Amino acid sequence: MHRMRPGLKLVLLPVAGTAMFLSQSPIVMASALAGVVLLYLVADFSSHLAAAQLRPAFPALAILFVVQLWFAGMDVAATVALRLAALILLASLVTLTTRMSAMVDVLERVLAPLRPIGVDPAKVGLAISLAIRFIPAVAGVFAEVREAQRARGVERNLLALAVPLIVRTLKMADEVAEAIDARS
Amino acid sequence: MIRFRGAAVRRGERRALHPLDLAIIERRVGVVGANGSGKSTFVRLLNGLLVPSEGVVEVLGLDSAREGKALRRRVGFLFQNPDNQIVYPTVGEDVAFGLKARGLGRAEAEARVGAALGRYGLAGFEDRLVHELSGGERQMVALAGVMALDPELLVLDEPTTLLDLRNKGRVMRAVAEADCAVVMVTHDLDLLNGFDRVLVFDEGHLVADDSPHEAIGRYRSLAA
Repeated sequence: MHRMRPGLKLVLLPVAGTAMFLSQSPIVMASALAGVVLLYLVADFSSHLAAAQLRPAFPALAILFVVQLWFAGMDVAATVALRLAALILLASLVTLTTRMSAMVDVLERVLAPLRPIGVDPAKVGLAISLAIRFIPAVAGVFAEVREAQRARGVERNLLALAVPLIVRTLKMADEVAEAIDARS
Repeated sequence: MIRFRGAAVRRGERRALHPLDLAIIERRVGVVGANGSGKSTFVRLLNGLLVPSEGVVEVLGLDSAREGKALRRRVGFLFQNPDNQIVYPTVGEDVAFGLKARGLGRAEAEARVGAALGRYGLAGFEDRLVHELSGGERQMVALAGVMALDPELLVLDEPTTLLDLRNKGRVMRAVAEADCAVVMVTHDLDLLNGFDRVLVFDEGHLVADDSPHEAIGRYRSLAA
């Protein structure tokens, strides 16, 4: 899994995802899910890691299951939930076994034919990398602002949270743009 | 190496930097001044991040206003906050960013990334996630990213302000060992020992231009 070419993984992912929609059988979906978990083991990841990838989606999966159970019955509910779980695990496996830079390289190669119409693949790649890079940074700013507001006794005030968060994020964006200019 | 001819920067009605005539050939130049004194404005003129509102700034023979892009390929810039200058999620990708922008092939870029990381105590850090590093490690990553491009002039804007004593020492050792000329803004006056020249800015004016001992003495009297 780790050594498979990134482009191939990114092609097989939607193909596998589409294939999962060809069956409406919960048994087939359970087998597909088991197959994906097996891929985790082949890639030298534990089943615990697979479960950890799914954990954030548990609430959504549970709600989906209950709604489908109510409106369409057990078979459909099980099929939909198992299919979604398998898809989430498969996509996570691709990101766990593929460097972000490799995925961005693939994307840039795919976008290269669009240069004549003004698309700059390098800029698109940089934008995606920036988004991934700054998710934890913005989360950190959010945590700092919330802590500061709590220390001042201002809790549950959306404006007190949103305004400094937006201002600091915009300032960060300005400085990042300057840093990119300085190196490119 | 650096020449200012009547260069000034205006921001709206305010002059961030008053007209300045200056020539710098020294290898180690410090820049000090109070907050808002114009020192960051001054250093941003050195790689064309900022262009003068009037006058001319020439660095390494290039006009910063007309040849900014070419200038930035020869002048490295290290900012105060490493978080805002590291643009890729992993260390290796970020250090490689500038190299790829210069058109280097993958193999050569990887070799230079490895060399730069090794030089700054970050050997084996290629796949580490930037947000998991300490502040000092991030500043060293930022420095490695700049120095991997072999700049002829390194400009640093308060590079140690956010660092503890140990990491301050790491950054300053790296600066001392740099082959290129260095211009450094700092509030930490001890770091300027051994520098060739220090410029003191106050309210957009260059008020002192002397040896470290003399210039810092002037700065202290202004700050008193």
